[in-house]
Amino acid sequence: MCDTCGCNVTQGNRHLIEAGGKHEHTHDGKVAVEVLQNLLSENDHQAGHNRQHFDSHGVLAVNLMSSPGSGKTSLLEATIDALKQEFRIAVIEGDLETENDAERIRSKGISAVQITTGTACHLDAHMVHSAVHQLNLDNLDIVFVENVGNLVCPASFDLGQHLNVTLLSVTEGDDKPAKYPVIFRAADAILISKSDLLPYLDDFKPERAEQAIRLLASEVPVLNLSAKNSDTLDDWLNWLRKEFAKQAARRAAGETATPKIQPDGERLHAQG
Amino acid sequence: MHELAVCQAMLEQVAAIAVREQASEVTRIIVRIGPLSGVVPELLEQAFSIARAGTIAQQAELITESTGIRVKCSQCGAETEAGINRMICGECGDYRTQLLSGDELLLASVELNRAEQAVE
Repeated sequence: MCDTCGCNVTQGNRHLIEAGGKHEHTHDGKVAVEVLQNLLSENDHQAGHNRQHFDSHGVLAVNLMSSPGSGKTSLLEATIDALKQEFRIAVIEGDLETENDAERIRSKGISAVQITTGTACHLDAHMVHSAVHQLNLDNLDIVFVENVGNLVCPASFDLGQHLNVTLLSVTEGDDKPAKYPVIFRAADAILISKSDLLPYLDDFKPERAEQAIRLLASEVPVLNLSAKNSDTLDDWLNWLRKEFAKQAARRAAGETATPKIQPDGERLHAQG
Repeated sequence: MHELAVCQAMLEQVAAIAVREQASEVTRIIVRIGPLSGVVPELLEQAFSIARAGTIAQQAELITESTGIRVKCSQCGAETEAGINRMICGECGDYRTQLLSGDELLLASVELNRAEQAVE
């Protein structure tokens, strides 16, 4: 299992494994130190740095999460086709192996950086930082991060993005939000993808999927779309336009946005 | 599946605290993990048994404290217990609730042996 074998060690976090300073043994008394710090504060710190980077260049960063094969790359291709005259877009692709997804994006005439994680099941803020430095943010409006296809781990790692979008394809089952609540709670918008297949699936009801999402106390937009039918993309494209404008307004006011993960970390950082 | 990465981040923080406190050894690490944090306490404990080797916490025990899920209803104002995939108000049943606790992923405290006199 990757919980114990070390396969979660990534290029980005490898330096964290190295042991900290060791002390000489002397007479000692036990001391308890209260910490109350987020367990991922090192990652959060790097993520905050990434976000400042995006903000100082006027870029909106959107992280896409879903299970493998739910259509993240197809959605990006369709989004690029629809918006590339309007916004300057780049994509950071996360996969265990291959440049395939980055090549699909590049064939649209768009910059794409592929992160190959080896065996790691998620992107972290250090990996995204390396990728960001391969992009010229001065010439960009929106950066999409396509996370590793996985409905569990990506939800726990802030990358420095402003918004999380979680996809649920209609072939996966409408109870996925109940089964994987953490990643659906982390979403600022949820896209029910491959809706062109709905006529062939009598067991997926978009309203049941939305009901499961509402049971997670989530009030975010739930949008049905198919990357193969540009007529279904309007709500998604308008959501992006609106969020781009909102982020520009926040930036002008000296503020930013953090995605809906790790609220504890934010609270504690605000106190610190 | 990402618990080893979380564990390594935790040990990095613990090591920094140990240096700051001039500790010779870390004996106990207490973390607080909510069911909505995305981290499974049992898997974190397994990861810890491997990742602690060679660190200042190599003899330490890891205590994971779980927190319950509580929500506050934005409609009726009630504070009630909730389930991991059923976070509606326990009083009126409305879904517009705010999470009060349940997504914690905190290093709560570290117990260590401190050198009374620093030895060069």
